[in-house]
Amino acid sequence: MEERLENILAHYEGKDFELIPVLQEVQHEFGYLPEFEMSEVAKFVGLPKSRIYGVATFFEQFKFTPQGKNLITICRGTACHVRGAQKITEEIERKLGIKAGETTEDLEYTIETAACIGCCGLAPTIVVNETTHGNLTPAKTVKILSEREKGEATK
Amino acid sequence: MSEKNQTILICQGTGCVSSNSPKIRKTLENDIAEAGLGNDVDVKLTGCHGFCQQGPLVIIEPEGTFYRHVKVEDSKEIVESHLQNNKPVERLFYHDPKTGSPVQRYQDIDFYNKQQQRLLRNCGHLNPEKIEDYTKVGGYEALKRVLFDMTPDGVIEELKTSGLRGRGGGGFPAGRKWEAGLQAKEKEKYVVCNADEGDPGAFMDRSMLEADPHSVLEGMIIAGHTIGAQKGYIYVRAEYPLAVKRLQVAIQQATDMGFLGENIMDSGFSFQILIFQGAGAFVCGESTALTLSMEGRRGMPKASPRPRTTEEGLFDKPTLLNNVKTFAYVPEIINRGGAWFADIGTEKSKGTAVFALTGMVENCGLIEVPMGITLREIIFDIGGGILGNKKFKAVQTGGPSGGCLPESFLDTPVDYDSLISAGSMMGSGGMVVMDESTCMVDIARYFLDFTQKESCGQCTLCKLGTKQMLTLLEEITEGKGQPGDIDLLLEIGEAVNAGSLCGLGKSAANPVLTTIKYFREEYEAHINEEYCPALACKALISYRIDGEKCKGCTICAKNCPVDAITGEKKEVHMLDQSKCIRCGVCMEKCPKKFRAVECVPGRLNEGGK
Repeated sequence: MEERLENILAHYEGKDFELIPVLQEVQHEFGYLPEFEMSEVAKFVGLPKSRIYGVATFFEQFKFTPQGKNLITICRGTACHVRGAQKITEEIERKLGIKAGETTEDLEYTIETAACIGCCGLAPTIVVNETTHGNLTPAKTVKILSEREKGEATK
Repeated sequence: MSEKNQTILICQGTGCVSSNSPKIRKTLENDIAEAGLGNDVDVKLTGCHGFCQQGPLVIIEPEGTFYRHVKVEDSKEIVESHLQNNKPVERLFYHDPKTGSPVQRYQDIDFYNKQQQRLLRNCGHLNPEKIEDYTKVGGYEALKRVLFDMTPDGVIEELKTSGLRGRGGGGFPAGRKWEAGLQAKEKEKYVVCNADEGDPGAFMDRSMLEADPHSVLEGMIIAGHTIGAQKGYIYVRAEYPLAVKRLQVAIQQATDMGFLGENIMDSGFSFQILIFQGAGAFVCGESTALTLSMEGRRGMPKASPRPRTTEEGLFDKPTLLNNVKTFAYVPEIINRGGAWFADIGTEKSKGTAVFALTGMVENCGLIEVPMGITLREIIFDIGGGILGNKKFKAVQTGGPSGGCLPESFLDTPVDYDSLISAGSMMGSGGMVVMDESTCMVDIARYFLDFTQKESCGQCTLCKLGTKQMLTLLEEITEGKGQPGDIDLLLEIGEAVNAGSLCGLGKSAANPVLTTIKYFREEYEAHINEEYCPALACKALISYRIDGEKCKGCTICAKNCPVDAITGEKKEVHMLDQSKCIRCGVCMEKCPKKFRAVECVPGRLNEGGK
């Protein structure tokens, strides 16, 4: 078994109720849940692989393909929705050429939606990696993305 | 620590952090040290102060000077003018939206002075990462009383007197639930705090955990002692990293101080609290789904009839499950007595209610009001009315399980029972205000899109019925609705609510049913006239450039993402309707002095006539 996975499992006893925290740590380490690691986790907690996938696919948090280097999370909470989140989503999707939930081919960007990030006072909002941007308009969104691109290019 | 003359409070809730408040704090600390005021002025981080929309917030105590939208560059002026020369910086004051006049102290702002803060009393005033701040205002005194001077029955009696009902939305009397927990015969019992705040448009629990985690911990420890549990869990969303971090800090500090862990304060009682991070499923707010997911399973609600969670919950053991706010109320109820809590509110809904007031209101933020206050007082007094003086259309409470209430309900008192009889519900505390630019069919579509995705799939009517309703709503918002669609929606909606097992399914159709009940004419306009009165549904609107007003400044053409606008400088521009994706950037960018771009109903032909 890979050392990275071993290090994670070393903190657990292999009980079935530890499954979700284990998966969370695996995803944190690998960026998603790779197939090989999923099989190892199944052996570790003593459950069939189907059960592990059944649980993992139930929850929004778990990903099964590699994610982009940059994560754009679009809040689709109610406050954001009434203040125009749909238009913001469309702008980002158009600009990056992918739909929410997808990753660009070069693995630069992943777009994700969140039920609510809890910054309703600043609606509509998006989170780019760790930074929250609030009070957005379509034009402001385009500017944020263009500035990021420029920043990347001059790096 | 010696008391300093002045304290600067810097809000570090998620909202303010996202607008740079940590850097403002560092800059202020440096500038204060440089000015040689280090001994007189204390700089303190706090959790959410409530008025998120005005953030980042900086408050100067003792008097309560309220600075809003503070930038890093403002630090020097605050230090020199306010702290050194006693001249507050007026340009950073809040301006009353009604009178336009500046207000210096937060206590004088309508947003605050119409509130009654009992649960939020510490939020925005204490440093959530310092347990001493909490103990200094009487924190963990209630726990002491419970451990040494009260019986479990005495605690439950106090809760019953208070009339406290579960603040997660269900409204089950807390005293009765705790009593059932105490009466459960098993040796092994659990206390679980539900912080799986999944309602879109709600952030009360997150703010509470970020701003005052110790009140929640203290409530849980008291619960553990009362029912005889040794272990507690906080089920918190993984999407709330700051809340998780503050909880970890608080648990560590409480353990170090002897309020948690083995043999608490030499009482012989031991209690431990662990954090479980929810992996993102709205249905896990439901009690059985929540405990199942903690056991490493899919969060699918158990079928009724089933034993109550207080009989058979986590790992099939008796489990006391309450919302964050319910636990957080407990220490003050013990300290001041149940009668104190019950002295405000209505006959059946006692105490206060906490809401996340958001949407199209002037003042967005976290508020606490006495039960029984009217929706009008919340929206127009505390909320300052509708943004940009537009017209009120509806208010949504209860999240995806709730409903949209029109103007005629503005004088409805806010309590569990009145909201249910109006067709909505209290919920966990989301309150989203909508104005004339919000399309009610689109809102119904939005909520159905949410519940349809979050349906766990075990009830056919919930899984497939919501999907059918969503398809119908999508067609209506695209102008493809058919006569008879409204009746069909009502029929499926009633079936979904009747034929589902859990709270999510039983209330999934509510947003559709209430919008049809109160805003039927909007549905009819979409279906019969292909007209969206709010001008919100993209398939039913167009943008056009008014030739009389356009001065040919080229700004819209430069910003159009699809190059649909052409025109030379100083000439009237043309918008090619066949290329236009109706994103609205041109209207947003057209200078206010021209306002040459307008949004009109219907689809214009090519050429922009």
